[in-house]
This record gives sequence, structure tokens and C-alpha cells, in this order.
Amino acid sequence: MSYLTDRKRVTGLGSAKDGTGHFISQRVTAIALVPLTLLFVLPFGYNLGGGYDRVIEAYAHPVNAIVAILFIFTVFTHLRLGLQVVIEDYVRGHGRRTALLVANTLFCWLFGLTGVFAIAKIAL
Amino acid sequence: MADVNRGNRPLSPHLSIYRPQITMITSIMHRITGVGMTLAAVLIVWWFLAASTGPEYFAVADAVLTSWFGALILIGSLWALSYHLCNGIRHLFWDVEQGLEMETARKTGYAVFVASVVLTILTLIVI
Repeated sequence: MSYLTDRKRVTGLGSAKDGTGHFISQRVTAIALVPLTLLFVLPFGYNLGGGYDRVIEAYAHPVNAIVAILFIFTVFTHLRLGLQVVIEDYVRGHGRRTALLVANTLFCWLFGLTGVFAIAKIAL
Repeated sequence: MADVNRGNRPLSPHLSIYRPQITMITSIMHRITGVGMTLAAVLIVWWFLAASTGPEYFAVADAVLTSWFGALILIGSLWALSYHLCNGIRHLFWDVEQGLEMETARKTGYAVFVASVVLTILTLIVI
């Protein structure tokens, strides 16, 4: 028998082990990404291929740098949650699935934080 | 066993014999575009890392992203991003119980495809 009360079991942790946390994070990052996408894509597309000096100058500006950092961080959080669901839906076998879920988490944090670091280094 | 009626139940429709509907196509396209954009996300982080490293390394990354192959990935991803953005907004409306009627969901499904192409072309004109 379980030592948890019924109430304790349903608050937060269901069969997915993380309650509604995943669902809410996916939606909050989605909402944030609506304006961030528009604000990031235009200066990025404009400066791509424009040469080193122009790119450094563009991302030395605080507005471009802050938008780019928020965008990259939010994208990789949203990507981690999305890829997690895809892996959970399609990958069979406990071992393989767990390995891919761990790899997904490490991959997203690695590239997300590398992006944040790189933009901050350009800006500062 | 909770379910003793195994083997004699109606099977779930197999995808191969399921008549394609706009709502199922928009759903799977949301996943495909989301997973597909991973490559562009990695390339863009690499591009920023190269820019933060120095002019020589930046020239390499910038050349890869602006090559015909890089352009193919980035323009494809721009459409994927436009689609995922429009369909994502459609999902957010569903989350607050708006637009769930079948006919509305079908119409917004077609609208998402049209809007994604328009958004892609507009972005390419502006940048």
C-alpha cells in the first residue's frame, strides 16, 4: 500500500511523474516565443551574410543581444519539452527511451547555454 | 486482466487506410516542423559561437550558412518556423477553448498553410 494520501498523489504528480508542469511550461514558452520569434528573425536575417563587423556591431546593441539571448534560451527550453514528447510517443523500450530522453536534455542545455554565452560575449 | 475482450475489438484506424484530413495533416506537420528546426537551431548557435570567437572562424560559419545548402536549410526552416508559429497560435486558442468546432478547425487548418507561405515570402522580402 501507498503511504501517500489520495490528495497528495493527485496534487502535482500523476502517472507522468511531473503533473501539469510540462504542459504549462510548453505553453508559457510558446506564448513568449510569438513576439520573440518576430523580433529575432528580422535582425538575424538582415545581418546574416553581412560580414563580421556588421554582425558584431548589431549584436553589441543591448536590444538585439537581449532579444537574441531570450529567444535562444526559450527556443531550447521549448525544443527540449517538444522533443521529449516526441521521444515518449515514438521510442519503444525502456532503456532506449531513457537514454534518448537524457541525451535530449543534455543536448538542449548544451546548445541553449552555448548560444546564450556566445551572444553575451559579443555584446559585452 | 482488466480487459478480457482481446482480439475481438474494433481496431484503431490504421494510418495507411485513413482518409487524409486537414486536421490530421496540420497536427503531424506541427511535429515534423518542430523536430526539423532542430538543425537550424544548432546552425544558428554555431554561427553565434563563431562570431564570438573571431573573424576567421566567423567567415567559415557564415560561408556555410549562406551557401546554397545553408540557404536551403534556413529558408526551409523559415517556412517551418512560420508554420509552427501560426499553428502554435491555433493550438493556444484551442487551449482556451476557442475554435474547436469541426468546421472552424478545418478552416483555420487551411488558413495556417496559407499564412505560413505568406509570412515566409514577406520575411524574405523584408530581410
